[in-house]
Formats: sequence, C-alpha cells, structure tokens
Amino acid sequence: MTAKGSILTPSGVKDALLPHLRLLADTLREVARRRSALAGGVLLLVIVGTSIFFPLVYPVDPLEQNLLARFTPPAWQENGTLAYPLGTDNLGRDILARLLYGSRVSLLVGFAAVLVAMVAGILLGLISGYYGGRLDSVIMRIADIFMAYPFMLLTISVIAVLGNSIFNLILVLGLSDWVTYARTIRGSVLSLKKKEFVEASRAIGTRNSVIIYRHILPNVISPLLILGTLRVANIIIWESGLSFLGMGVPPPMPTWGRMLAEGRVYIADAWWLVTLPGVAIMLTILSINLLGDGLRDALDPRLRNL
Amino acid sequence: MARFLLKRLWHTVFVIIGISAISFFFIHLSGDPVMLMLPGDASHQEIEALRERLGFNAPLYEQYLRFVARALRGDFGESLYYRVPSMSLLVERLPASLELALAAMLIALVVAIPIGIVSAVKRGSLLDTGSMLGALFGLSMPHFWLGIMMILLFSVQLGWLPTSGRGTLAHLIMPAVALGMSLMAMFARLTRSVMLEILNLDYIRTARAKGLRERVVIGKHALKNALIPIVTVAGMQFGFLLGGTVIIETVFAWPGVGRLVIQAIFNRDYPVVQAIVLVLALIFVLINLVVDMVYMYLDPQISYYEEK
Repeated sequence: MTAKGSILTPSGVKDALLPHLRLLADTLREVARRRSALAGGVLLLVIVGTSIFFPLVYPVDPLEQNLLARFTPPAWQENGTLAYPLGTDNLGRDILARLLYGSRVSLLVGFAAVLVAMVAGILLGLISGYYGGRLDSVIMRIADIFMAYPFMLLTISVIAVLGNSIFNLILVLGLSDWVTYARTIRGSVLSLKKKEFVEASRAIGTRNSVIIYRHILPNVISPLLILGTLRVANIIIWESGLSFLGMGVPPPMPTWGRMLAEGRVYIADAWWLVTLPGVAIMLTILSINLLGDGLRDALDPRLRNL
Repeated sequence: MARFLLKRLWHTVFVIIGISAISFFFIHLSGDPVMLMLPGDASHQEIEALRERLGFNAPLYEQYLRFVARALRGDFGESLYYRVPSMSLLVERLPASLELALAAMLIALVVAIPIGIVSAVKRGSLLDTGSMLGALFGLSMPHFWLGIMMILLFSVQLGWLPTSGRGTLAHLIMPAVALGMSLMAMFARLTRSVMLEILNLDYIRTARAKGLRERVVIGKHALKNALIPIVTVAGMQFGFLLGGTVIIETVFAWPGVGRLVIQAIFNRDYPVVQAIVLVLALIFVLINLVVDMVYMYLDPQISYYEEK
C-alpha cells in the first residue's frame, strides 16, 4: 500500500490515492448491489437533502402562530386544508414546517455526536491498544466505568448542570458514547500489532505515529464505519428522548421529541400531533439502519447474517 | 480460574468506586441545593446554619469520604425534597421498575426466540423476510413513541387498556411491550443468525443423518447451543433496560425509579440521585459479573484476559 515515489509528484499522489479510491468504489458498488441498503441510502439522502434545502420549496415559519387555525387536521382529512399540508398544533403552528426544522436538529446532533464519539474513541482505542501497559489499563478501567454508568442518567444530569444548548447536547451524547469505538479499535489494534507487516515496519525503524497512521488505521476503519452509521440511529433516538423529557435543544427551536411531548397532552383530540413526529423519527432511523446493515454486509463479510 | 475471579471482582469494586466518585463530584458541581430548600427571603445566617447542619461547608473530599462511609451502610442521606431517607424512597420504587424491566425482557424473549428459529429454519421464505422486516421496524421505533401510539390505539380509540399507573396486568402490558420492542427485534435477529450458523455445523448433520426427526434436531440439539449467546446478551441488556425505563415511566406515569430520578435531578435532590445511580450501576455490574461467570462455566474454551 505504501506509495513508491514521493507524494509530491503527480504520479506519486496517484499511486498513493488510487488504492483508496478503488476500495471506496468497490465498497459503494457492494453496498448498492443490495436492494435494501440502496433503498436505505436513497431514503437517507432524500431526508438529508430535504432538511438542507426545504426552505427553497417550503418557506414557512415554524414558529408563526395562527390561533384561528388551531388543531387543523392534515389536508387529506375532513376539515383539512392545503394551506397546512400536515395540519397545525395547539397554537396553530404549521406541523410540516416544524417537522422540517426538527429534522435539522436531529440530523445535526446525530452526525456530530457520532463524530465526537468516533474521534475520542479512535484516539483512546489506538493509544490503549498500541502502547498497552499501564496506560491501557487506565483507559480500559475508565471505559468500564462509562459502560456501567446508567447512560440516560449520565446525559440527563450533565445536561441539567451544563444547560441544554445544542453544543452541549452534541458534546454530552458524543463523549458518553466513545467506549464502543475505543474497544473495537483496541481489539483490532491488538491483533494487527502482531502481524508481520507491522512488525517489519517497526523493525526498519518507522516511527510509531507513521505505523499507526499508515498500517493500523486503514485496517480498522471499516468496522468503525459500520459502527458509526448504526450509532447515528441510536443517538437520534436518544436526542429525541431527551427532547421529549424537556432536556433537548432549548425552545423555541422545534424538535421531534418536543413535538411529541407537547402533542401528548392533546392525544385524544389531535392524533396527528403525536403520530407524525414519530413517523419522521422512524423513517430516519429506518434509513440509517438499512444503510448500516448494508455497509456491514459489504465491508465485513464475516458478520453477514447478523 | 480463581485468579480470574479475583481480578474480575477487583474490577467490579473499582468501577463502583469510580461511579460513586463521578456522581458525587459531578452533582456537587451542579449548584447549591441549600438555596432551593429555603424560602427566597431567608437571611444569610439561616443559609449558613443550614449549610453547616447538612455538612456542605466541609472540604469536598471530606464530604465524599463521609458519603462513602455512610453509603457502605446503605445510608445515602435524607432526600432534600421529601425529607425521608433516600434509600427508603429507592426501595419503595425499585420493585416497580424491576417488574417493568423483567416483563419487557420476558415478552421480548418469548416472542423473539420462536420467530428467530422459524426464520432461520425457513430461511428466505416469506415468513423470514416478513419477520426480519418487522424486526427492522422494531429497531427503528423510539420506544416512547411506540408507547404513545399504543395509548392512542388501545386506550383512546378502543378503550381497552388504562393509559397510566400501575397495579393490574392491564397496566403492565403497554409499557412492557413498548420497552421490550427493540430488544425483541434484536433477539429475533440474533436468534436467527446464531441458528443459521449452528444448523451448518457437523453435529447437526450427524443428528440428521442418524434419522432424528427435524423437530428434535432443531428443538433439542440446535436450540440448546443457540441459547448460550442469547442468554448472555439478555443478561447484559437487562442492566441497560433498567436505566432505560426513565422515559417510558414518564409516558405511562409508572411509579418507578426512572420517574423518581428525573424529578430528583430537576429538584437537585442529590442524595436521591446518588442512591439511584449507584444502585443501578451496582445491579448492572453484578449482572455482568454473573453473566461472565455463567458464560465461562458454559464454554470453558473462552480464555479470559487473553485480551480480546
């Protein structure tokens, strides 16, 4: 895999990048060959695209109240109107606009928190696995503590102390989720460390940082990618749960969890208030799970059937 | 074996100490509960007096040591809000949460294992595809939303089941199913994949070659071995399940630990929070210890601390 020429010449760059690009293309082709994974990927793309570009098509203020139009049902129902395609809530706010804005919160928190968790987990897992010894035991004991700490209580109490900004939410959800990545990485590093190509590299005096970057990291990246994808789904569920408890992104920003909590009061009169945000969460999670399962099948044939 | 056990026990103790320290210092960072306990017009002297009485003026490490010494005797101090021992609050609420978590686990296992077996045996059939699609949906639904949807259907529309509270079996059904749904999905997938693997093994072929009926081969020979990983995962998940009751208890007004802890966090009632965090963590760690030992007993080939 090592590039022969200098990376500074064009051919050197090509030599260095080509195997990576080929691997990526192969992976994508493998994923796309599975119909369910493809469906998940497309659905997720549509959801992400919608949440970015919707103001161009549907420029409705999610906070604007219209007390005369409170509890308007979705358009296909009796008394529904196309002015409010998915109806309105108890203050006459447009549900569709609120769902669209809510998708931004969920997706942002989900992906950003996984990124935070991954960076922390990769770093600690690499250190733990590669250097071993006392550092390893310290990190792994801290991981044990994190595993046993009731997760929900940890995030809730941290949010209660720090306050519930979107930044804190990402940080807290991310930092409480690093353990799985660290353990996965550490396991792979431990087995890789004994492989000939790593030992050979060490024998010729390659620096540790180079060995980790060039030989170890590329080999552990695919389990991490699978894990990361599936964790985005978990984080989004947790985010909506926190929001449901009133500990998510602060109001007035609409979030799916808060919409559920607010709608719950009117469950007997307005079914759409408690149904639609949940459908939005479910479709998002479903697309991520489909894609994650597909990635796993494509990247890690050993785990197939799981 | 004995060495492994000792090491494992030491880890358990270490984890508990770590959790107690984190929750203690963390909660103390969250602000002064004295201000919340007194009326707004309390004088400076009154505030100081209460602080002194509750021991908040001592250095933090001293407060922590005192906390540990008392916690070892099961005394987590008086709830700042209810003015009764935190431990008695916990003991009062814990059975409700355990009941809910156990019921969820039971429902999940009872439904998922047969589904997983049938899916594996009839691999590729409509039943298999349908079940796995269902499992995917089960994994993709937030459990609290499922709870709300069930209330909408079974309580509001049909009027069959009560929306909240605890007491009869009718109260238990909806929260337990909602809480157990994602586990059910997980177990169905797990059972299927484990069974698929086992059905390809030599001893199954031998059993079939002997002319044993398919029913015996699957029900007796294959299932027995498939249960090992399932039971392990079930054990590990139970701890998470207890911690996960927080939201579902809110949805169904279930009088368990989850609702207690949410209130306690909002009220900064930290003796109660500490008691709950520590007891839940203790349960989690002990279950894992037991699962590890059972696993080791069932499968002696696994060598522990041959670092995985």
